[in-house]
This record gives sequence, C-alpha cells and structure tokens, in this order.
Amino acid sequence: MSTVQYETVVGLEVHVELHTHTKIFCGCSTAFGAPPNTHTCPVCLGHPGVLPVLNRQAVEYAIKAATALNCKIADVSHFDRKNYFYPDSPKAYQISQAGRPIGEHGWIDIEVDGKTKRIGITRLHLEEDAGKLTHTGAFGSLVDFNRVGTPLIEIVSEPEISSPEEARAYLEKMRAIMQYCEVSDVKMEEGSLRCDANISLRPAGQKEFGIRAELKNMNSFRGVQRGLEYEEIRQAEILDEGGIVIQETRRWDEAKGVTLSMRGKEEAHDYRYFPDPDLVSVEISQEWKERILASIPELPDARKARYSADYSLPAYDAQVITSSKPLADLFEESLKYTNDAKSVSNWMMGDLLGHLNTSGLELTAVPITGQGLGELVGLIEKGTVSNKIAKTVFKEMLQSGKLPQQIVEEQGLVQISDEGAIKAIVVEVVAANPQSVEDYRAGKDKAIGFLVGQVMKQSKGKANPGLVNKLLIELLQG
Amino acid sequence: MKITVEQVEHVAKLARLNVSDAEKEMFAEQLSDILQYAEKLNELDTEGVEPTTHVLPLHSVMREDEVKESLSIEQVLHNAPEDEDGQFLVPAVLD
Amino acid sequence: MTLFDLSLQDIQKQLQAGELSVTELVKDSLQQVKDKDEKVKAFLTVDEEGALQAAAKLDQKLASGEERGLLFGLPAGIKDNIVTQGLRTTCASQFLRNFDPVYDATVVSKLRTEDSITIGKLNMDEFAMGGSNENSSFAPVRNPWNTDRVPGGSSGGSAAAVAAGEVFFTLGSDTGGSIRQPASYCGVVGLKPTYGLVSRFGLVAFASSLDQIGPLTRTVEDSAYVLQAIAGHDDRDSTSANVTVPDYTSALTGDIKGLRVAVPKEYMGEGVDPQVKESVMAAISQLEALGATWEEVSLPHTEYALAAYYLLSSSEASSNLARFDGVRYGVRAENPENLLDLYLKSRSEGFGDEVKRRIMLGTYALSSGYYDAYYLKAQKVRTLIKQDFDNVFEKFDVIVGPTAPTTAFAIGSQTDDPLTMYLNDILTIPVSLAGVPAISIPCGFVDDMPVGLQIIGKPFDEQTVLRVSHAFEQSTDHHKRRPQI
Repeated sequence: MSTVQYETVVGLEVHVELHTHTKIFCGCSTAFGAPPNTHTCPVCLGHPGVLPVLNRQAVEYAIKAATALNCKIADVSHFDRKNYFYPDSPKAYQISQAGRPIGEHGWIDIEVDGKTKRIGITRLHLEEDAGKLTHTGAFGSLVDFNRVGTPLIEIVSEPEISSPEEARAYLEKMRAIMQYCEVSDVKMEEGSLRCDANISLRPAGQKEFGIRAELKNMNSFRGVQRGLEYEEIRQAEILDEGGIVIQETRRWDEAKGVTLSMRGKEEAHDYRYFPDPDLVSVEISQEWKERILASIPELPDARKARYSADYSLPAYDAQVITSSKPLADLFEESLKYTNDAKSVSNWMMGDLLGHLNTSGLELTAVPITGQGLGELVGLIEKGTVSNKIAKTVFKEMLQSGKLPQQIVEEQGLVQISDEGAIKAIVVEVVAANPQSVEDYRAGKDKAIGFLVGQVMKQSKGKANPGLVNKLLIELLQG
Repeated sequence: MKITVEQVEHVAKLARLNVSDAEKEMFAEQLSDILQYAEKLNELDTEGVEPTTHVLPLHSVMREDEVKESLSIEQVLHNAPEDEDGQFLVPAVLD
Repeated sequence: MTLFDLSLQDIQKQLQAGELSVTELVKDSLQQVKDKDEKVKAFLTVDEEGALQAAAKLDQKLASGEERGLLFGLPAGIKDNIVTQGLRTTCASQFLRNFDPVYDATVVSKLRTEDSITIGKLNMDEFAMGGSNENSSFAPVRNPWNTDRVPGGSSGGSAAAVAAGEVFFTLGSDTGGSIRQPASYCGVVGLKPTYGLVSRFGLVAFASSLDQIGPLTRTVEDSAYVLQAIAGHDDRDSTSANVTVPDYTSALTGDIKGLRVAVPKEYMGEGVDPQVKESVMAAISQLEALGATWEEVSLPHTEYALAAYYLLSSSEASSNLARFDGVRYGVRAENPENLLDLYLKSRSEGFGDEVKRRIMLGTYALSSGYYDAYYLKAQKVRTLIKQDFDNVFEKFDVIVGPTAPTTAFAIGSQTDDPLTMYLNDILTIPVSLAGVPAISIPCGFVDDMPVGLQIIGKPFDEQTVLRVSHAFEQSTDHHKRRPQI
C-alpha cells in the first residue's frame, strides 16, 4: 500500500459534432447512417482545385456553445491548417483553429458529492471531422468519407479536474449544456460527443504537474470514469515503485477494462500549423455576439435552481431531471396538465428512468409525452385510477404513446367508486368467505386484508380501495 | 543556414517523400543555398509589421447551411486506384 | 496566314455573315496543332472529338440565330492545372497522368457559357513550379521563335500555343510570374488579374494566396474579351472579391494623355539585360509620345521579394500538394508494403525534382521552431512589399518596366542551379506578392527573340492596364510579327 498520497490531475478534450444540415466547408449532408461515400463531393474528398467555403450555421453554433460555456468570444477568429497524413484526412491537413479560436477563458460548474466546483475552459475552437476507417483484416482498410467535414467544436479544459468522478460530472454537464443550446445531438454512442483525457499524478501538495498520459477510445461516460480510475491506479503503482510514468498515448480497452500503450504506433508529430490561405478571417461583431447571447436558453444550473425554488423538488431530483434536456422538457410540459410537480418528479425518477435503464432506450425513443404524464397524475389525484392501475396505464403509455384517458377507457380501467356496485361485490365476498369473516370478528384484524384483496380481485383491481375498506368494515361490524 | 542530411531526412519524412542518398546530398546543398539566400530577409526590421495572409481586405465570407447535391458513388470512385464496397481501399491501418 | 490572324471582331463578323463556320475554325485549330505541336509540345491532351462536337452545336446555334456568347466559336487551350470534367488534367505531373476530373473549374464553365471551344490541355511546369517548362514531366515546351529556347513558365504551353497560332487564346495561371514571363518570352499578351478577380475554384493550388488565372492572347483586345468572360465573383471561392466587373473592351480608347507612369529604378538595374532595358526605354518613350508622363520611382523592398516569395509559396505548396497521397485519385505505387510505404512511393514516383524541392523547402519553413523565422518573417516582408506599391500608386496610374531580365534562354542552360533559375522571376514576383494586376505585352526584339513590357496597375484597375497596353500596342508593330515555325 502506498505511503504517499497522490493528487490526480485531469484535463479533458471534448469534441462535439455540431448538428448543422451540411458540412462545415461544403454543401454535403451531415445526416448519419447514409451508405459509405454517398455524402461526398469534390470539396470534402479533397479533389485537386477545390476550395472551402465556411458554413455560417457552424460558426453560429460554435459561438453559441462558447457563450454558454462562459467563454470570451473572439472579435476576429481564423482557421489554420493542421498538416498530417492519414487515409481518413483527404487533404492531408485538417482545417482547424490554432491562433485565434472562437472562444477562450470559459468555465462550467460541476457538482460532485453535493459540492460545487468550477472547472476552467481553456479554449473552444471549430474544426472539421475526419472520415471513417474500417479494417477488413490483414489486407486492408476501407475509407468512408461521409463524416469528413462534419463541423466539430473542440473544447479543452484546464487541468483542474481532480478525480474520475469529477471528469464524468464535467462531461455530463458539458453534454447537458450542448443539449440545452441545441447545437448538437451529443450522443457518445454515435460519436457526436467524444472525449480524450490527459491524466497525471503528483504527490499531494506538490506544485509541478506529474508526467501525463493521454487517454483515448473512451466511448461512454462510464468508460471515461473507468479508464481514468484504471489509469490512476496504474500510475500510482509505478510511482510507488519509484518508477517514472512514460508520456504517451494509451487506449482504453472497454472489454478488458485496461488501458494499453499505443507506443510505436505513432510518431513525433509536427503539425506545421499555418493560416489557411483559402479562407478569410471571421469577424464576430458585438451585435452578433449579443444576438447569440440573447438566444441562449435557460441552462441546466439555472433550471435546477428554479425547480428547487418553485417546485420544492429535492436537490437530487432536480439535478437528475435537469441533467438531460429532454427529461427537463418533459417535466415542464407535464406541469401544464397538473400542478403536482412532486408526483410528476416521482414518476420520472421512478418508473420512467427505471424503464429507460432496463430497456437501454433514450428518452427520445420512448413515445411518452408531457401531456400524458401530467394527465396521469391528474387522474390519480381525481381518483379516476388507483396508483396501482396507474402503473399499468403508465406501462402502456411507454409502449403506445396513447394518452392515459384513452388507455383507461379502452381497457375499462376506470376506478369503481359507485358504492352500490362495490357493496354488491363486498356482500358476495363476505358470503363466500365465512372463515375469514369469523377470524375478523374474533379480533384477527389481518383477516380484513384478505377480504379486501378478494374484492379487488373480483373488481379486476378497479374498485376504489378506500371505499372497499369502508364498506367491508361497515358490513362486518354492522 | 546549413541544412544537414539528417534535417533533409526529417523533412522528407514529414512530407512523405523517399529520397535517395544522392538526393539527400543534393537537397541538403540546394536547400542550404536557398535558405542562405532567405537570410537576406533578416536585414529588414519587421518589428510591429503585420503579416499579410491575404492581400484583399476580405473577411467573414460564409455560406448558408443548405444541402447541395453530392456526387454519385460512381463519380466518387471514378479515379480511385483501388476500391471495395463503395469505399477506398488502403493498406491495413493498425491502431 | 491562318484564321487566327483575324481579330476576334473579324471572326465574329465572318461567322455572322456565314463566310465562316465554327467547325472550320476548330478544324483549322486542330490542323495547326497537328502541324506545329510536334515541335512546340504545347499540348498534353487534345480533345478533337469533343471540340468538333461542340463546334457542330455552335454552328446549329449560329443557324438558329440564338444569342451568342462573348467568345463564340473561339478555339481555346486550357493550362493543365485547371480542371476540366471528363478531360484529363495532369498538371504535367506523372502523379496525375491518368486523372479524369469529375467537375469543371469555374473559369471552364464560364468559357463554355461564352461559347468558346476547348481544343485541349496545355503543357506546363509540373504543378506550375518553374519558369522554363523544363519541369514538365512529359516533355519540355519549345519556344516557337526558336525551338532551342525555353518558352518560359510555368504557363509555357499556354504562351507557346498562342504564339504558334495553334489556338485563338489560352488560359494560364500566374503565381510568381507564370503568365507574364512566358508571354514575354513568346511575344504574346499575358495578363495576371488582381488577386481575387478571377475565381480559383478548379485551379489546382500551388500557392493559394498568390495563384490567379488569366488569359494569354495575341492582342490586348482579345485579352480584354477573355478577361470579361472569366472575371467576377464566385461563391465557391472564399477569396473571390465581390466587385462589379466593368466593361473592359470599352476601356480600349487609345487615349492615354495625362497618364502618370512610374518606372521603378529597381526594375532597370543590374541583372537586367542592357538590350532588354533599351527596348523598355523605347517603349516608355513611346508612351510619352502618346501623351503620358513618367518618373523614376523606388520600390525599395524589391530585392527581398524573391526570398519572401519562395518561402511563402513553397510553404503553401507543401500543404496544398499533401493531398496527392494515392488514396482517392492519382497514380498509386505498385505493391506498397504498408500505408507509409504507399505514401512514400506514390509521392516519390509521382513528383519531379523541382516539386520535391519546393515541398521540402516549404515543409522545413513551416516546421516546429522555424515558422517565425521563415514563414512569419516572409509574411511581414510581404506587407512591406505591398506598401511599396501602395505608396507609388498614390501618385501614379501605372508602373512600367521589363517583365523579365532577359529574353528566353536556351533549353538546359539553367537547370543545374535552382537559385539562378528563380532569378528570372525577380521582376514579376513583387507584383504577385502585392496582388496587383499586371500585363506583359511585346515591346521589341533582341536577337529575334521577343521582349516583354510589364505594365502594373492598381488593385482591380485592369481597365487602365488594358487601356495603356492597347494604346501602346496599336502604336507599334511588335504584335504583328509572327514566329516562323
């Protein structure tokens, strides 16, 4: 066991694909999932003689993202060429930004263990995505250029993240902010949100950073956390033994749960950045900045605070619901149909998130609507359905997207609150179960539970449980 | 500025060019001459002079985010040295 | 005497009158190519079938009385670094020897709109790098005035084809003098427009911040017509200027009274052949006789232009030519051992020495630790050179001097020393760095080889450049002399 306490220092590089209709420098579609190379043209294929023309929407989204991340927006921004050879890079240079990025000096707040911490953002810049390589075995690799030229923003954090949990919280917050700003789909599984990490350890209290490793290929939030956790332990062991961490790039192997050196597979890079002479600078006027600032919606932190203040939601619930824009939007939509925010929150935190977890579905893939959820809470409140029936209704809502009223009517699930109808069943059940009646009268209060159950069963669960109880007791005691 | 054969090798590698030993010598000599000549620029005091990337006072040239027709897959692969299944084939890339 | 000894206007009149058909014009052009190009080697690809088909269509158009384009029926040659859909485009490089473009350059579309006919693609220095055409990987072009001499470069094929009367006009590209210097050596009119006037979309980039497409023609009037056809804003080129294109032919008034001419002393110094200087001085006197005034001025940073140019253009080229990797097009080396080997072999086999030399120089100049000393320094010097021109243009309408220090030199006489070869561009390069327009027009002969007069104008003031050139041309007979080939 280590005698030295180490501090972990993590910096994250996040890439976010902007969901423009077209690529950053040509008019090809950015739609996901097209047959290979069908969304390409001479420009994005890097044919001789072509020239790039910048997509205004990409710049607009980048400014919006940078504004939401509290960055200082450049007055003049320009593009540089990053030169390197790789088959997924058709021009053998990537158009990126070195000297004058869109935004710099930003920050976001994250919460870990109920504590808020501010993480600095060094810079946010615009660049083009690369194509996709598929390996076909020993003989070769295939290149699909559909993705090449998709606008990306690269967001570089300060090395102010101190643990894998913080890294995950940072990434989740980043996703939420991008989602709220509606600049990206931010789906890690589709690659529209990607993350690389730099991690190093240093003895607690030491000022200088330790030697860092760069971590790649972490394809999920959990992967980021696990990869960093693994790396923390690996580096601590090396340092404990008096060794030196090698500065290198390591790949997270999700299946094996380890990081592996990519040493030997890369060479010393010299990207030879220089201003792209095919593009002119972008002047970002004060008016443009202000217009974008005005278009920034309420962000997760503000919504969370509002949910706690306006609806008295517990901090944890507010945090979970606001961590995803679709979830928060569903919450607010529901409240147009009911005033019982706490009940809505309970349904979301319980049945809804439970369903998403077990099914592995995204909220957007489930046909539930705010109207449905709000009206369901209303139906319970009015006594139209019992809580138990409501769970059945909710399940159906998740499948079919139908409104609860319709489900209740179609399946005849309306709660029976007609005393006469219930009394008829009660009388029947009492007559059919003399033993239980006797037990009850002999002071075994529990016996009533059995009788209630029988009534509910006969009414197919629709009898109002309160009324059943009341009528049974009246009859047995009367 | 004297360019060494080692520097020629380094630059050739960055530029993905094979150079024979004779070419290395030749390029080392020729590049040295050219760079020697370029030393001339140091006679000029350029303190405070803005670099010129573009001679035109153009800025903020942008297009609208409208989808244009892409090439047909036949056109995409028309000049491809090797292709397979609608994609460009290259020697195996390892990672 | 061929059809191309007629002026553009005469040809249009004869077509209109039915005395001439487009097919006849095109056949004459094809015949000239057959007769002369064996010696001149101006063409890399001749599109006989395509040209005759296009001619037949235009003859129908003529018969139907439809509106005709500005360059109706005129046979043209296109420098082989301007892409033409379905017509092989090689940049005179082995790497692209089988490249069949899937799109047309903007200028090519514009020429089609104006009804000119592409006869074929013209030889050049590989990727436009060179000043003699000896860097063509297919064959060196020969100067029609003397086939032992170079035609200049890099648009040597474009200049020679016009000089030899193979086509009516050609398009070339100019990065550091590649239109003007061969025009000077071949005794034709070569115009490099202001950077940004003509779209670069479809011009295979050598140095993006310097490259411009322009016409090579027999007369200034033809130059004005072709410029009219190809100039103008293109939303596919972010560096294309958003200016209104004036009527260039209306500028050809012949009147230059009161014109203020500047003659830079740096352009008439040592290194410029005394006989060339003499021709240029005679031309200046002629301008004076036409009513212009002239004064000697200084462009003090001229001597730094060459160094700045080679650093900037080579740096940009090293990046622009990186796309030639053998993955999507071009010639892929056989049996590469792996991906790295594919790159190394394809590029090394595909590029000639001069191209490699510039890629190496540019890669070095941009590499870590040298960027500030070379690339950035050169960009700053570029600013000073541009300021030289701005200062002179405050008081003068045009700057005049020789296009090249000498007339065309012998093939093979300068190939050993790149630096000496580069010095041939010393009078055209500063203009390219400043991005201003300039023309080279014939102004005399030294030992039966043509001398070019360079007339440099203010940004986007091609009208004045053409007006002065035209006035000079019409008052002299140099342009009427033809090479015997």
